[in-house]
Amino acid sequence: MIEVIFFGQLTDATGVSSMMVEEVSNTDMLINLIKMRYPSLESSKYMVAVNNTMVTENTILTPGSKVAFMPPFSGG
Amino acid sequence: MSQPIQYERYQRQLILKGFGIEGQQKLKQARVLVIGAGGLGCPIMQYLVAAGIGHIGIADHDKVSLSNLHRQILFGTEDIHAYKVDVVKRKMFSLNSDVNIRTWNERWTQQHCIQHFPDYDLIVDATDNFASRYLINDACVLMGKPLVFGAVSQFEGQVAVFNQLQADGSRSVNYRDLFPIPPTDGEVLNCAEGGVLGVLPGTIGAMQATEVIKLITGLGKTLSNRLWNYNALSQEVFIMQLVSNPASLQHIPKSQEQFISTDYEWLCGITQKGINEIDMLQWKENFLNHLFVDIREPHELPRLNSFCSSLGLEWMELPLSSLESKLNNLLGRNVVFVCQAGRRSMMAADMLVKASPESSVFSLKGGVDILVEKNLI
Repeated sequence: MIEVIFFGQLTDATGVSSMMVEEVSNTDMLINLIKMRYPSLESSKYMVAVNNTMVTENTILTPGSKVAFMPPFSGG
Repeated sequence: MSQPIQYERYQRQLILKGFGIEGQQKLKQARVLVIGAGGLGCPIMQYLVAAGIGHIGIADHDKVSLSNLHRQILFGTEDIHAYKVDVVKRKMFSLNSDVNIRTWNERWTQQHCIQHFPDYDLIVDATDNFASRYLINDACVLMGKPLVFGAVSQFEGQVAVFNQLQADGSRSVNYRDLFPIPPTDGEVLNCAEGGVLGVLPGTIGAMQATEVIKLITGLGKTLSNRLWNYNALSQEVFIMQLVSNPASLQHIPKSQEQFISTDYEWLCGITQKGINEIDMLQWKENFLNHLFVDIREPHELPRLNSFCSSLGLEWMELPLSSLESKLNNLLGRNVVFVCQAGRRSMMAADMLVKASPESSVFSLKGGVDILVEKNLI
């Protein structure tokens, strides 16, 4: 199982701040799955972190990995 | 240098381990520029001035308004319509007259960065929009200034220290490493659109002030190469380790000339091409026959039922989050989109114009906020 957590206004689209996902082996697969489940995320901006470290390219996930989706905030 | 340090004023921090006279001297000699005197800028200023920073610059072109007061608690009702920086300067002088304060009551631009960044040791981003955030970030990278970043959204906030000089001579990551390309306007809600818990910018601004003091005194470990995310509802903190992103460099202007010619407002979609904004008057005179589409989410108030029926409008609710999948219903229709403050409705209009070029499409300027302000609801 992979734990996925969402921050900020991404939770408006997902309705939850975290979820468990099965059978994804890398971040690209996970992102595609999430976008399929929540089509409005297609046009959302976010960065991805695996086990609390930001990743900039496709990254292997193993059972127990924790993946965070973090959007930019603009308010002040 | 002009006056000796006031021991009694700073006594509680002077006695801290690792702080002492040396730390206080560093603060006194420091020059800090805070851009934005709103929810974040006010607490930042208060703590930095109280701590005895020698020179602080503060820039904001806004005047105090009633809707600021639930979170910008430095201001009082009597300050409404005054320039924020003028109120800040007056109140900060009363808090600690040792601190020299310079103010700018104009919009911060590329020219300001180039002219004034060299006078400061570090920059604090306390702005409220992406165009300013990317402009300030890029200027800090170009001009080699550390940047203390803070931002809020609804119940959450982020803090980071960008572009800090590291032991090996390189710079820590900057905002472009996280998000190389700015979101377009309306893609991410600002405080006017999405709302913000009043106390939250206080929390985040205090965290930014903490990082400034650490950077200057050398105390502790800063949020360099880390993003600190705070959720006020769960009281959970999530710290993310940041890495440099190859895409970042492609998007940062390479020279001052390139920087000056970059249109940050356009990059962030604030000046969207081809979308027609109409104001209340134009709408009521000419476009009441257009389908009126409220693209706000169901929790956003006030709802428009009675307003629309009193005008006899053909109208519907179609939240932006599901607009893409339901756009087919609007193809060929003439539509006026409305949202809370008139920013997301620009996005919706943009989507429909692309999908249905034959439609006459407008965005209602100022959104529901204007209807409320004019007592129409």
